[in-house]
Amino acid sequence: MESIFSYKNPEAVHTERKKQGMVEVMKTKGKQSVEYANPPYILGEASIVGQKEGEGPLGSYFHEICNDPLMGEKTWEKAESAFVERACNLAISNAGMRREDINYLVGGDLLAQLMGTSFGVESLQIPFFGIYGACSTMGESLTLSSLLVEGEFAKSVLAVTSSHFAGAEKQFRFPLAYGNQRPAAATWTVTGSGAVIIGNESCLTGRKKTAASGNVVIRGITVGRIVDYGIQDSMNMGAAMAPAAASTIAANFRDFGVSAEDYDVIATGDLGTVGSRILCEMMEEQGMPIGKKHMDCGVQIYDLQKQDVHAGGSGCGCSAVTLTGYLLYKLRSKEYRRILFVPTGAMLSPVSFHEEMNIPGIAYGIILESR
Amino acid sequence: MKENITVRQVLDAPDQKEQQKLYNKYVKQVTPAFSCVKNTTRAFLVGGLICLLGEGLQQLFQYYDFNEKNAGYCTNLILIALAVLCTGLGWYSKLAKFAGAGSVVPITGFANSVASPAVEFRAEGQVYGIGCKIFTIAGPVILFGILASWVLGVIYWISTFF
Repeated sequence: MESIFSYKNPEAVHTERKKQGMVEVMKTKGKQSVEYANPPYILGEASIVGQKEGEGPLGSYFHEICNDPLMGEKTWEKAESAFVERACNLAISNAGMRREDINYLVGGDLLAQLMGTSFGVESLQIPFFGIYGACSTMGESLTLSSLLVEGEFAKSVLAVTSSHFAGAEKQFRFPLAYGNQRPAAATWTVTGSGAVIIGNESCLTGRKKTAASGNVVIRGITVGRIVDYGIQDSMNMGAAMAPAAASTIAANFRDFGVSAEDYDVIATGDLGTVGSRILCEMMEEQGMPIGKKHMDCGVQIYDLQKQDVHAGGSGCGCSAVTLTGYLLYKLRSKEYRRILFVPTGAMLSPVSFHEEMNIPGIAYGIILESR
Repeated sequence: MKENITVRQVLDAPDQKEQQKLYNKYVKQVTPAFSCVKNTTRAFLVGGLICLLGEGLQQLFQYYDFNEKNAGYCTNLILIALAVLCTGLGWYSKLAKFAGAGSVVPITGFANSVASPAVEFRAEGQVYGIGCKIFTIAGPVILFGILASWVLGVIYWISTFF
């Protein structure tokens, strides 16, 4: 039978590569990091947020602000999908591409069975990976997308995540109209979706000219572990995630042999005020102070005094829209040269919570550089 | 004086179990909490006002020649209707944010806990949405309320033998 594959004899190819030492050359760096030899580019990005986020301090950085929380749909879940679809389409257009050009789509959200993403990306018809990393999903999707591109399995990949305040409240907490008090350490789920297109250099030509026109690459990644420090309070997720962020940042410093001095900013996802304080103390105690370089997307996205969000913002959308709206703008305008983006996730499910299990955390580290 | 846990102690914990224990204590130290006095005062004021409204309605009905029992029924009905209306308009959650227990404990809080899932889960259909989920919050209160009254009834029944 005629082979349908272009590698007529896969084994021979493998032996040939081994002879040239190609298989032995690993791209890993340290225990849990990868340093890219051909750093994938951020070809385009989009951030779509709700009204509250638009009224926050970062409001002017977002690409689009949608004042209707239902996006003209009938349910919160459909509304979240509408956010996803809009962000994807805008990111593709900002990258000057067509959706047929994108090889894969990697994305996820907080809703059960990834409802927001899978229904939202249906119309795009791009081969799809659905992933779950709780609020760290942007980190996970950027990691996997950049691996696909740098590993030459794809020319361009779309990474997307989203969250919706009302959908998250409905699934994880109480109905919106139910009267209860949120504790001081609670965070507010961001309504919005962020999409990023990652691709190799050959796809770079089409990007739309904007005010900030510099290029941004993903220089390396650090994959986090599940870290469990025994927190069970779902209203204090910053405390549940801070040890995971500390673990990933420490691993990044160790694997790359760097310190906070090597980054302009270390941006965690949604630790809020409580988690941020814990993270900085933990890093300080381990002899790797990050206090001066640290910012938290959850603390930045809202005006904590005026917008009544208690400890800050959270949700997949929180780090995603802060990255696509604010951080990438700062990188493209060369205000930042190199940042470590560390989305954080609390691995909480309504079932595990009621079965009195702990809330472990996870964090991904992504090194972004302006070019 | 209360023991002060430092991050150093958490990081240096000999095993994971001890570390989790110490970390929880440490987190409690660094997590801000709302003032108990302020919360209690607000709850007292709002809870009291809701009860005052109830008492006012009761007196009003009795003034218009309802007997005490019927006046009570009518008062309950009106309070529940008001709470459900406020829930639908999204006002009750705002009130509760200020009042806390003051708006949860009176009968209006119970009405809110039934009406709010009905509003939220309407999108999932009449049977599987509203039907199945309307009592997600109030259900345990009803179940254990009935159980408790049954237990008390048994105790009362036994006491009649002596």
